[in-house]
Amino acid sequence: MPDPTLFAAVKDPAHRPDPYPLYARLRESPVALQDDGTYVVTTHAALRALVFDPRLSSEDLPDATHPPTGNPFKDWIVNPIKDRIRSRHRPLIFRDPPDHDVLRRHVMREFTAVRVNAMHARVDALVADLLDRKREARQIDLVDDFSYPLPVTVICEMLGVPPEDEARFHGWATQLATALEPDAREDKENRDKNIATFDEIAAYMQDLIKEKRRHPVDDILSGLATGHDPQAGRMGDYDLIATAILLLIAGHETTVNLITNGMLTLLRFPEHLERLRADPEMAPRLIEELLRYEPPVHFRTRKALASIRMDDTTIPEGAPVVLLFASGNRDPARFREPDRFDPDREDIQHFGFGGSLHFCVGAPLARLEAEAALVALARRLKNPRLIDNPPPYRPGASLRGPQHLRLAIEGIA
Amino acid sequence: MAEALRAVVVGASLAGLRGAEALRREGHRGPITLVGDEPHRPYDRPPLSKRVLSGEARPEAIDLPGQAGLDLTWRLGAAAVGLDLPARAVALATGERLPFDRLLIATGTRARPWPNPAEAALSGVFTLRNRDDAAALRAALAAKPARVLIIGAGFIGCEAAAACRSIGLSVTLVDPTPTPLASVLGTRIGRVVAEMLRREGVDYRPETRVEALEGDAAGRVRAARLAGGGRLDAPVVVVALGALRNTEWLAGSGVAADAGGVACDGLCRVLDRAGRPVDGVAAAGDVARFPHPLFPDGPVAFEHWGHAVEQAQHAARTLVGPPEDHGAYAAMPAFWSSQFDLNIKSVGLTNGADAVAVTQGSLAERRFVAVYGRAGRTVAAVSFDSARWLPAYAARIAAGDAFPPILGATDQGRVAPMDPGFPQRPARG
Repeated sequence: MPDPTLFAAVKDPAHRPDPYPLYARLRESPVALQDDGTYVVTTHAALRALVFDPRLSSEDLPDATHPPTGNPFKDWIVNPIKDRIRSRHRPLIFRDPPDHDVLRRHVMREFTAVRVNAMHARVDALVADLLDRKREARQIDLVDDFSYPLPVTVICEMLGVPPEDEARFHGWATQLATALEPDAREDKENRDKNIATFDEIAAYMQDLIKEKRRHPVDDILSGLATGHDPQAGRMGDYDLIATAILLLIAGHETTVNLITNGMLTLLRFPEHLERLRADPEMAPRLIEELLRYEPPVHFRTRKALASIRMDDTTIPEGAPVVLLFASGNRDPARFREPDRFDPDREDIQHFGFGGSLHFCVGAPLARLEAEAALVALARRLKNPRLIDNPPPYRPGASLRGPQHLRLAIEGIA
Repeated sequence: MAEALRAVVVGASLAGLRGAEALRREGHRGPITLVGDEPHRPYDRPPLSKRVLSGEARPEAIDLPGQAGLDLTWRLGAAAVGLDLPARAVALATGERLPFDRLLIATGTRARPWPNPAEAALSGVFTLRNRDDAAALRAALAAKPARVLIIGAGFIGCEAAAACRSIGLSVTLVDPTPTPLASVLGTRIGRVVAEMLRREGVDYRPETRVEALEGDAAGRVRAARLAGGGRLDAPVVVVALGALRNTEWLAGSGVAADAGGVACDGLCRVLDRAGRPVDGVAAAGDVARFPHPLFPDGPVAFEHWGHAVEQAQHAARTLVGPPEDHGAYAAMPAFWSSQFDLNIKSVGLTNGADAVAVTQGSLAERRFVAVYGRAGRTVAAVSFDSARWLPAYAARIAAGDAFPPILGATDQGRVAPMDPGFPQRPARG
């Protein structure tokens, strides 16, 4: 049995720059029991089996509870009602079938390939514009100057959030993304902040949805707010708000990591940066390998609804389970030389977008944005070098990515 | 010397092609000759009852992708008519004799014809197994017949009905059993399919037997006469009564082969009439009948796409390597079907099941996983629009878990075992 404190070490920010040696030790057991009772799923085969197991539930978030405000009316009536609504109408990432399937159906009706592909030219233009602004710079912070603003603008435009409101989402998104981090999720102070943030963003969304109903245009929110699915019917308001918030956050926090991790990796293996510059056609393969090698989301949590036997381990009913996707991506039983970044790999069946029914809805958009971004960075940044290696990381162990990525450059072409 | 060994693969469809490729991969260096009775290169059969009939795919555009550079020799349009074991040669209808050191038998099945040959020969009466069958039927459907009568509500009959409806044709589907797919899924789950057929506008008539087909003076089919009276006008008739295994060419060869298939052992080695493996001769795919470790009732033969691929690879390993090295073939049987917008998928074998329970979703929503039990063990799982969950069930079936195997699924209602309602014997039109 591997050391039962390894996953605690994974969550420790000290290991954020390189958690992979910890994953290798965790993989000694396909399902590694930790001393807090969590079962960490580590190998590609075990992940593959469990991601398709209907006994693992995504409804593992603690119930929402507003902190006492001192106002008796709010504390006894208003907030408990809000809590109940919130717990019952979580976004689909925290829902199981059949509810999940209905919500996802609504989303997929709007998040279409046609709509994603229509963003192509717009993404290229945004990329070009962000780089043009820094033409003369000798140093940039890739996160603040590029990786963050790009996906934020894209998802806001696709959803139909007015550009002047984009800035407000920055803080909201960063705060709410902590719901995916096991420690932050249990932390009382953080939970209170999440509740307050949720109230704010929900109020904003409610108004925006009303506006979309009055004046529907060709964007995802208008589609969700006015659409009617022959099978799933019409989306309820609370589910609609939760879904809109989810799409915004998912669009904010993950693609940022994909682009930043991508550039970080390319600067660590400059021969591939050179190749990408010379041959943009290799971008799709390179991005798939990135999703394996440095995925934007390292793990997701689940709860076992029944006892599940896996090889030598039995996950008991009710146990928390961590699907450590980033470890499966580095499993030597599945990939030859898994710790080598190799875009020429024949076989890249990664868990970079998760798997099964919760497979990333935005995967095609993420691929499109990452391709546009990395190709442009490779072609236009003149002599880019890492200033900090490793760079400082954001706190999240699941949504793992650099807080800043300072690059020394000799201008932008 | 290994270099000089000659391999012959009889049957140039999925199992034959994948078997030939696997022979190369496993290190067979000598010539490999593929023998096929049809004139076509290997093609994919599943589209024949779906997109080819609806006109979405042309019959000549469904070739199976093959591996390049394998140096295969083709004998297409040349049926094998005999096997001479002492001389180690296959005789072809063309008179040619192909000597072999290694032989893979993959002759598959053919459509079971309408029992009355004169009626079967009427123009407008079709079976559906080959590319040419599908092309001919497609041409007849494209002429917008007033009605298509389909005899047999198995998978091919149901899929053909769906394809006809998708291009706006009137379809009557008759079958002697109480529900569609009754012999495979049982009548309990079959009822769900019956409801769907009716909702999609198919004139579905269970427990109905066609007694005879009537032709006009020009030899065109005109109508079907039903048992117990009744008559249906039918300018186009599709006979979908299942398949017959192509083993006649092995008669008198000393190989144990009959209507049930070619007898093999777990390593896919073909057995002689005394039950001994014949050196250097293996079989795979629809035609092979073999003992499967999961199914204790005796040898089985599967007419499944994935099985043809996997068993052919297993047989090739047996032919090339020391056969004992890779153990008995034990892949989990699995198949799928698409009808209308519904995806049906199955793992395991429902044969002999005495109970069925819905473990996920609901029959009413037509989106569910139904699990089959036999003497307290889980033997099969069938999904309707829920295929993503089947791997979990396949693992439980392979482990021989108690029935029902999965409790506590996220979308599980009350799990209540029911009688699956298998017909006493598989009745045929």
